[in-house]
Amino acid sequence: MRALRFVFENLAELPDTSGGIRLIVIALYMTLLLGLGYLANRGFTGTKKDYLLASHSIGPFLLLMSLFGTTMTAFALVGSTGEAFKEGIGVYGMLASSSGIIHSLCFFVIGVKIYGFGRRYGYTTQIQFFRDRLESDFVGVLLFPILVCLIVPYLLIGVMASGTVIQTMTSGAFANEGIFQNANPAFAGGLPPQIGSAVVCIVVLIYVFFGGMRGTAWANTFQTLVFMVLGLVTFVLIANKLGGGENLLESLRNVTAKVGADHTTRMTMSKTKFFTYMFIPLSVGMFPHLFQHWLTARSVNSFKLSVVCHPIFIMIVWVPCVLLGIWATTDGALPAAVMAKIKPNAVLPALVKFHTTALVGGLLTAGILAAVMSSLDSQFLCLGSMFTNDIVDHYAGKGRIGDTTQMWLARAFVVAVVIAVYLLSLVANRSVFTLGIWCFSGFASLFPVAFAALYWRRLTAAGAVSGIVTTAATWYFLFRESKFGADASYALNIPFTDGAQIMPVVLMFALTTIAMVVASWLTRPPSEETLQKFFAEN
Amino acid sequence: MKFFLGLLIALLLIAHQDNWYWTDNKLVWGFMPIGLLYHAGISLAAAFVWFLTTIFIWPKEVEPGDETLVHTNSQEGVS
Repeated sequence: MRALRFVFENLAELPDTSGGIRLIVIALYMTLLLGLGYLANRGFTGTKKDYLLASHSIGPFLLLMSLFGTTMTAFALVGSTGEAFKEGIGVYGMLASSSGIIHSLCFFVIGVKIYGFGRRYGYTTQIQFFRDRLESDFVGVLLFPILVCLIVPYLLIGVMASGTVIQTMTSGAFANEGIFQNANPAFAGGLPPQIGSAVVCIVVLIYVFFGGMRGTAWANTFQTLVFMVLGLVTFVLIANKLGGGENLLESLRNVTAKVGADHTTRMTMSKTKFFTYMFIPLSVGMFPHLFQHWLTARSVNSFKLSVVCHPIFIMIVWVPCVLLGIWATTDGALPAAVMAKIKPNAVLPALVKFHTTALVGGLLTAGILAAVMSSLDSQFLCLGSMFTNDIVDHYAGKGRIGDTTQMWLARAFVVAVVIAVYLLSLVANRSVFTLGIWCFSGFASLFPVAFAALYWRRLTAAGAVSGIVTTAATWYFLFRESKFGADASYALNIPFTDGAQIMPVVLMFALTTIAMVVASWLTRPPSEETLQKFFAEN
Repeated sequence: MKFFLGLLIALLLIAHQDNWYWTDNKLVWGFMPIGLLYHAGISLAAAFVWFLTTIFIWPKEVEPGDETLVHTNSQEGVS
């Protein structure tokens, strides 16, 4: 511990000359990731199964790090700090502690069961499972565009956050003119977000294309370790700087004492909204990229470590982020000129920039980008898998197109989606947290369909289709009502109450469930053969 | 055991809706808002409940082509 402290203290004493040093550190980190993709490619066997599922070779530790790294994205670091800055400590209860219970519940109730069917019947994607279970080709045609559309805001938050983080951290690296010019002192002379976001997308695309699922799992593990360790380092450094105490505990006390009661309690938060946030983590049960990660497991026992450690890992990442967010509200935490114009997405990078040195700041930026990229990679790979398995292979005829051609088609599709998301990121000006909540709400509303497919014999194709269409329609309607996320505090008023509000996900979830149950009861039950295949144990 | 663990998870979900620390401004150890500490405790309690799940109601292994059950309670022998 003493040696570690010595290293940090000496690093912290290096002069902060400009954002140039941070830029170099970020560039080195990107190069490292490309090297990792290249190494993973050397172990590639050349088959589609190896590329998409790492030949079911992922053990407990890699699975834990992959699942955790994938679920913790820009939303967890940048979004949670920004939201705590706005709303206070309640953000932890709203999403972190509830996720600790519900994510693991989804891994256990959905993930383990899906893994069993996937291994037994050879599924790679969710749509393959749904088509088989529901005896319907149409359900795949319907689900494919909906899942892709719901992933787009998820990708968008990663792409947007990476651009903001890089611009903030490299400000000063260039003269404040031309494309580097910015009126906000936090961004002046920094790499413009359109360049930073593009670089992140290209690096992730390259290592995913080279390394496939194995490369993604390795990169996820490496990056999860990076952002967890560097996140704790950030926390300690900033606490010491803001608190100015003799030791860490004294610094923590000094800085927290300055935070207002509106941020150390939930006094400004709606209780009904807080309660209904519980629905949002159910999205994990329907994320297509997590579905694919589940299928990479070596065995059912590989899930144990993930189920147990996931809540603890969430706590390790979120508690420091929430504290950093509330500390950022105190006098002197950020320069007055920056504070006047700061947006929630920029709070964490601004804290890192103003309270650590260039070298440490560069490393910590790498940590934030690691969290972003460890989700983007899985989503990129999953989009490619869905396109080749559910569209190309399914309609061209199984095995008619060779593995190599399919992998190139998958890459072309992913590049097309990433370009679309990148272009969208240039015009979208939304909070990472708000956009994340809308994305997760859509997936959470599809949870009843996934759950019923596994546990309710009576679910029919018509029932599932009704549920999916209801989710898509209500999601689009409510998202539009919120001005496509521009109204960050959008919620539904509960009739006959004194202004009590609930999250839109509740209405979407309830309507999806009703549509699914009613349509299933009105239509003919699945065939005996299908019931035997999926419900033999009952 | 399945019922008992289901009950524990339900209790966690209920305990998550804490009214009692909603406006409590107390700082534990001088720096930790009590509302945040409580929810960090919920995270640890969740990990413990999930640990019990892996011990008592974990499903058995599934191999490709295996026609046996996916979710089998190994402790209770339910198949």
